[in-house]
Amino acid sequence: MIRGRGLAKRYGDRRVFAGIDVELADGDTLLVTGANGSGKTSLLRILARLALPSAGSLELPARERIGYLGHEPLVYRELTALENLVLFARLYRVERERVGMLLERFGLWEARNERTGTFSRGMQQRLGLCRVLLHEPSLLVLDEPTNALDAHGLELLDAVVEEPRALVVATHDPARFARRATQRLAFT
Amino acid sequence: MSDTVALARKDLLLELRAKETLPAMLLFVLAALTIFHFALPRGTSDVAARGLLWSALVFTALLGLTRAFVAEREQGMFDALVLAPCDRSAIWLGKALSVVAFLAAAEVVALPAFAAFFHGLGGRTIAAVALADIGIAAVGTLFGAMAVAGRARELLLPLLFLPTAIPIVVGGVGGYLWFLALYDAIFAVLAWATFEYVIAEA
Repeated sequence: MIRGRGLAKRYGDRRVFAGIDVELADGDTLLVTGANGSGKTSLLRILARLALPSAGSLELPARERIGYLGHEPLVYRELTALENLVLFARLYRVERERVGMLLERFGLWEARNERTGTFSRGMQQRLGLCRVLLHEPSLLVLDEPTNALDAHGLELLDAVVEEPRALVVATHDPARFARRATQRLAFT
Repeated sequence: MSDTVALARKDLLLELRAKETLPAMLLFVLAALTIFHFALPRGTSDVAARGLLWSALVFTALLGLTRAFVAEREQGMFDALVLAPCDRSAIWLGKALSVVAFLAAAEVVALPAFAAFFHGLGGRTIAAVALADIGIAAVGTLFGAMAVAGRARELLLPLLFLPTAIPIVVGGVGGYLWFLALYDAIFAVLAWATFEYVIAEA
């Protein structure tokens, strides 16, 4: 699924990290922890094909097999929840029926025709999860996914995490993902 | 092609809801033409008036282009679009189509205003404006995406766009339709071919 050797990231003269090895098979979970600014997000963006490493070799699945949820839910605020998911369903060649199913699953069906800019941060995060799962990715990359989620949102996230697929998750709440974790990477 | 249409439709819908770009473009172009009307002495030549029309159109386009990627920049939507398995040139083409639509909407108001203030409008000028819109959208969308990725984005877009708009003004004022068509073809191919690399790590 993922095979990375000697991964490094630099921004100009600043070295974010170096010498990271990652190997992840189907069903494995990599738990990434560390302080703010330690390089977690940079690594996750590389593993989600959103950035290139400054050094090292890396094998990743194709873009259409990756689902990435970053610090932002990555939905258009001026579009409704339904319009956002229908747009991405088209881009991912996903049947429209799946949009309704996900909106139901994440408790957003009633709010489907409301603009996402009016959503609470927790609702936006749930919609972000809908977007990420739309195309049933085999690798899920989640950066601080518990952000803004209430108790019910966290239950929904737990169910997502339990699904059989490779998972990379960066979090300040490692206990929540500890049971599923097969590998750990701690940034200092 | 359906990806391109979906992305262009999304941009038009965003503007319909937000109403931020088009009203600003309309106000700017009308204000510029009004200022030119009072600034130019009576009996000014057609060529001088056309020069001012093209100046107004290029700066109006620049105003629109600075807003073209606002949602992608402020809401991080480039990440979501880049992750999608669609052809990345569809992102450029969809955005360019929406830019053409905004320019055309501004010109529907600007050209009659120019005709009323100055010397009327010929079919050649209208054709030149239509051709120029394609070139402006092609190159402006590419530079808009580059500006989003850069640090000094407010400076970068005018610095990149205005020099490349000089041939458009030359072709527009002179009414050289073949020249504008050639410009469109060259820059459309260049922008299409390079857009993927521009947004690779935006």
